[in-house]
Amino acid sequence: MEIEKKTNTSVQQVKKPVHKRKSAKRREWENLGAGLLYLLPALLIVGVFLFYPMMKTLYYSFHVTNASGAVINFIGFEYYRTLFESSAFRTSMKATFLFALYTVPTTIIISLFLAVITNEKVKGVPFFRVVFSSTLGISVAAGATIWLLLFHPSLGVLNNMLNAFGLSGVQWLTSPNVALISVAITTIWMNIGFNFIVLLGGLQNISEELYESAKIDGAGYWRQLFNITIPLLSPTLFFVSVVTIINSFQTFGQVDILTGGGPANSTNLIVYSIFREAFYNGYFGYASAQAIILFVLVLIFTYIQFKVGEKKVHYQ
Amino acid sequence: MMKKIIIYTLLILSSLIITFPVLYAVSASFMTSAEINRGALLPSSLSFENYVAAFNNVPLLHFLFNSFVVSFTVMIGQLILCSLAAFAIVFIPFKGRNFVFFLFISTMLIPWEATIIPNYVTIQNLGWVNTYPGLTVPFFAIAFGIFLLRQHFLTIPKELYESAQIDGCTRFKFYYKFVLPLSKPMLSALGIFGFLTTWNMYLWPLLVTNNNDVRTVQIGLKMMVSAETGTSWNVVMAGTVMVLLPTLLLLILGLNQLKRGLTAGALKG
Repeated sequence: MEIEKKTNTSVQQVKKPVHKRKSAKRREWENLGAGLLYLLPALLIVGVFLFYPMMKTLYYSFHVTNASGAVINFIGFEYYRTLFESSAFRTSMKATFLFALYTVPTTIIISLFLAVITNEKVKGVPFFRVVFSSTLGISVAAGATIWLLLFHPSLGVLNNMLNAFGLSGVQWLTSPNVALISVAITTIWMNIGFNFIVLLGGLQNISEELYESAKIDGAGYWRQLFNITIPLLSPTLFFVSVVTIINSFQTFGQVDILTGGGPANSTNLIVYSIFREAFYNGYFGYASAQAIILFVLVLIFTYIQFKVGEKKVHYQ
Repeated sequence: MMKKIIIYTLLILSSLIITFPVLYAVSASFMTSAEINRGALLPSSLSFENYVAAFNNVPLLHFLFNSFVVSFTVMIGQLILCSLAAFAIVFIPFKGRNFVFFLFISTMLIPWEATIIPNYVTIQNLGWVNTYPGLTVPFFAIAFGIFLLRQHFLTIPKELYESAQIDGCTRFKFYYKFVLPLSKPMLSALGIFGFLTTWNMYLWPLLVTNNNDVRTVQIGLKMMVSAETGTSWNVVMAGTVMVLLPTLLLLILGLNQLKRGLTAGALKG
C-alpha cells in the first residue's frame, strides 16, 4: 500500500512542473511558520525560565539590588573580588569539590558493581534489579529524613551498632570533619538507583556473542570484565559520570535537611550558599555572582569530560 | 555452582544494605517512642497510631494532594510541549531546525539552581507565589524530553508521513493520530520520569510556597522534621513513609519503561 502511494506522489510532482518553484518557495515559508508554531510553547518556557534568568543572573552579579530584585547601582566585579577574598566562600568551594570527590567515583563504582552482579543469569535477578533501582523513587526530603534518624547521636542505628561492638559513637552531623562525609553517604545511597538503571541498560546492550567467543579463547571472568565489559560500557560510564558530577554540584536538599550548611560551614555546598545569601540575607547580587561561578564550574567540568571522553570512550 | 553461591551472597548482602534505610523507616513508623529510644529494630506491635498522628499534626493529605496535582500537571505539560517541539524538529523541514535543536540541547548546560534568583523574581512579578502555575509552568519544557522524543521520532519512517499527507491527513492530525500512538513507550518513559522528578523536587517548592495552600509534601516533611524531631521520630517516620510510597510504587511499576528511556538517552547522548 505504501509503495502505491509513493508512486502517486511522484506522479503528482511530475504533473505540475510549472508551479513547482513558486509553491516550493511558499511551502518553505509555510513550513517555517508551522515549525515555529509547534516550537513556540517550548521556546517560550526555555526562554523565560532558563535563558533570560541566566542572563539576568549575570547582570545581577554586577549590581547592587534591594531584596525584591530592583537594581540600585552598578559595581562591576566587586562581588567576584569579595568572593575570592572571602574565607567563607573558600570553605564552601572546598566543600563542593570534596563532596564531588567523595560522591562521584563511589556512586559509579557501587552502581557498576550492582549492575554487573544483576547482569548474571541466575533466578530471581529481576527482583534484585527492582531493589537496586528503588532509591531513584525516593525523594531527597524523604531520604535525608531517614538518614537524619540513622545518624542521630543517641537514637540512631549507626551509633547503636558501633556501641554494640564496644566502639564509641560518632558525631555524624555535628563534627566538622565528619558531616560532609555523612551528607556524601546519604547522597551516594540516593544516587545509586539512577546510575544502576543506566549502567544495567548499557550492560544489556553488549552483545552476548562477544562473551561467547571470549570464552572459547579461554578468557576468564576478570579478563572478560576488563577487556570486554568495561571498554564497551565506556559510553554509558561517560554519560553517567557527566550526569553524576553535575548533580553533585547541584546538591541542596540533603544539606538543608541534614546539616543546614554547618557545622562551621563544612557542608555549605555552593547551591546552599547561593540559597542562603539570596533568600536569607537578601544579597541577590552576591548570590548571583556565586550562581555564575556554579554555571562556569558545570561548563568547565562538562568540557573537560568531553575532551577526556573523546579519547577514552570506545564507541561501538 | 560455586559462582552461583558467590553471586547470590553478593546480591543478598547488597540488597540488605540498600534497602535497610527504607525498611528501618517502615519499621520505625510502627514503633512507640519508647521503642525508638531503646534503639529497637522491630516494633512489638502493628499499630497505625503514628500514621494517624502524622495526618493530624500536619495537613499531610492536603500536601499529598498538592504534590499529585503539581507532578501530574508538569508531566502532562512536558509531554505536550516536548512532543510538539520534537515533532517540529523531525517532521517539519524548515531552515534553522538544527539550530533550534542545538539551542534546546545547550540548556542542559544551565544548572537550574543557577537561575533561581531571577526566576523567583519573575514568579513574584507574575503573582505566582503560592500558586500551582508557579510550581509547574517553569518545568514544562526540558531538553532531556525533547532529545528523547526526537531520537524516537527519527525512527518513524518518513514514508508514513508522506502517505498520510496524500490521504489528506493534516500535519496536526498526523501528530496525534500517528506519531503520538507510535511513541507510547518513550512517552510513558518521559511521563514517569517527569512525574518522579517533580514529586521529588525540593528547592523550588521551598522558595515559591510560604503557606500551606499549594505546598508540596516534600516541604511538608521538612516542616514535620523541624517541628517534631525533638520528640516523636516515630510520627516523622510515618510521614516519611507516606511521602516515599507513591513514587516508590510508580518506580517499581514503571521500571522497565523508565529503563528503556534512560538507556536510550545515555547511549545516544
